[in-house]
Amino acid sequence: MSGMAATRDGYGKALLELADDSRVVVLEADLGKSTKSQVFRKAHPERTISCGIGEQNMLLTAAGLASSGYVPFASTFAIFTERAFEQMRNGVARPGLRVHLCGSHGGTHTGTDGSSAQSIEDLAIYRTLPGVTVMHPADEVSTRLLTKQLVDHPSPSYTRTARNKTPLLYEGREEEVIIGKGIVHSEGADVGIVACGVMVSKALEAAEALASEGIQAMVVDMHTIKPLDGALIDAIVERCGCLVTAEDHSVIGGLGGAVAEHLAANKPAPLERVGVPDRFGESAEAEEMLEIMGLTVHDVANAAKRAMARR
Amino acid sequence: MKGPPTALLGMSHDIAMLEERARRCRVEIVRMVHRAQAGHPGGSLSEIDLLVGLYGTVLNVRPDEPSWPGRDRFVLSKGHASPGMYALLADLGFITHEDLTTYRVKGGVCQGHVDMKWCPGVDFSAGSLGMGLSFGLGCALAARLDGSQRKAWVMMGDGEVQEGSVWEAAMAAHHHSVGNLKAIVDVNGIQNDDFCEVQMQLNDLAATWASFGWSVTTVDGHNMADIVEALAKVDAVDDRPAVLLASTVKGKGVSYMENNPAFHGAAPNNEQFETAMVELGEVAA
Repeated sequence: MSGMAATRDGYGKALLELADDSRVVVLEADLGKSTKSQVFRKAHPERTISCGIGEQNMLLTAAGLASSGYVPFASTFAIFTERAFEQMRNGVARPGLRVHLCGSHGGTHTGTDGSSAQSIEDLAIYRTLPGVTVMHPADEVSTRLLTKQLVDHPSPSYTRTARNKTPLLYEGREEEVIIGKGIVHSEGADVGIVACGVMVSKALEAAEALASEGIQAMVVDMHTIKPLDGALIDAIVERCGCLVTAEDHSVIGGLGGAVAEHLAANKPAPLERVGVPDRFGESAEAEEMLEIMGLTVHDVANAAKRAMARR
Repeated sequence: MKGPPTALLGMSHDIAMLEERARRCRVEIVRMVHRAQAGHPGGSLSEIDLLVGLYGTVLNVRPDEPSWPGRDRFVLSKGHASPGMYALLADLGFITHEDLTTYRVKGGVCQGHVDMKWCPGVDFSAGSLGMGLSFGLGCALAARLDGSQRKAWVMMGDGEVQEGSVWEAAMAAHHHSVGNLKAIVDVNGIQNDDFCEVQMQLNDLAATWASFGWSVTTVDGHNMADIVEALAKVDAVDDRPAVLLASTVKGKGVSYMENNPAFHGAAPNNEQFETAMVELGEVAA
């Protein structure tokens, strides 16, 4: 790990790098400074549309642009995208219009703003929409690369980014970052740890802690929650026989839910889900929130041992 | 540049032609809803004169090339009033009259609410109120980015403007001076459960739209000559968004449906159907 950066910065950089494509338009709902779409706005105001504090209008304006051949990237806080969920459902996903929605400041790691700003259900709700790709990258590099790939992606998408900095994981490994493909970090055979977002670096630390106790973990960054890389989940089951999922999101319906559904429908194996328990957050610093919610390195390592004991 | 209107404005025989088209559409609306024994006749009958006027004069579309990129966009935001749209699309040749028999039927192009993935000539999948104006705004902004003269027209119901998202779109359209966005509000005074004034008062719609910076025109939504003139006026506004507030009668043309909340979303029985066919001049009394 070399350095720290926020995934939302990766989003802004990607938009700027995509700007040569005249189909790309950016929509904001008064949070461009925060989601980092303002990077694009400064360079290309003529292709940036301010929607004021109006998320519902933003999603459908984007849909109208997409129906006319543009590739719209719309962003606001993850929690406020949820206000426009039905617009995403009925006006974007149902007609299959290629609108790319980014929700920044996702998860409890967002910190001191407290529970009103900590989306813990976004991955779950967007995952239920037919044909919508759902992603939650772990670092700034992968966020930049995945966002850039969206410009030619055949379906609408939701990408969650985070407010606070996380370790850089993919400098020099750029070619491994592909929508829909989990990234394998270590090849242990005792337990699989499948993580997304901030929890990928926590999972890597947990693997180090487990290794000191003689347990070899296979760590996977499952940045794409939907479509889930089922072949990789099958391979983990084959190799390790048990799994842990780790996410800064409700244990209901997100990465843990997606993996559980896959296991139930294919080759069942013991699964321990590390995630936000069925409760709302509160005000605290980012790392403090992970402690409150049971999302620490220690929690992931313990879950790995529980999974192994159930094997 | 946009081509000439498909009808010659203001000429009496063209008005008569449009009125006859609207009559034919009314017949098909009632037939569809009767056949399906479900659907929304009231709002279809209130909107149809406006739709016929729009497609017959200012809207630049090609029935033989429904997806022509240069077309004006039309969004039926009150997507439940689909029988009116389908009847007109069939009359104009976008779809066939045979297609009308598929209204609400498994696999049919005429889905319950208008759907762009199922029906040629439908530009937006509506059915959830309050969404169409924002979509039309996006279409209008796309035309501006393209340097095209394309316009986007959006038809809403009066009850629909109770949705707060309509006003997000109205505010944004004025902020961005979107002169190629046009709205029509079918002011029939009735919504699903009851009269609008009972459910949620709409107050002074003209003053409200004007306060959002829109150009406001009003019209009798069942006088074809007036409709054609008003549409031309709205079409000509180019410095800001424009709305046409059309006073209409829910269920217009079928006596027992007129101004009757019960026929917002109910089908006529066989006897009522026969009565409607007589009243609409389709069969002799």
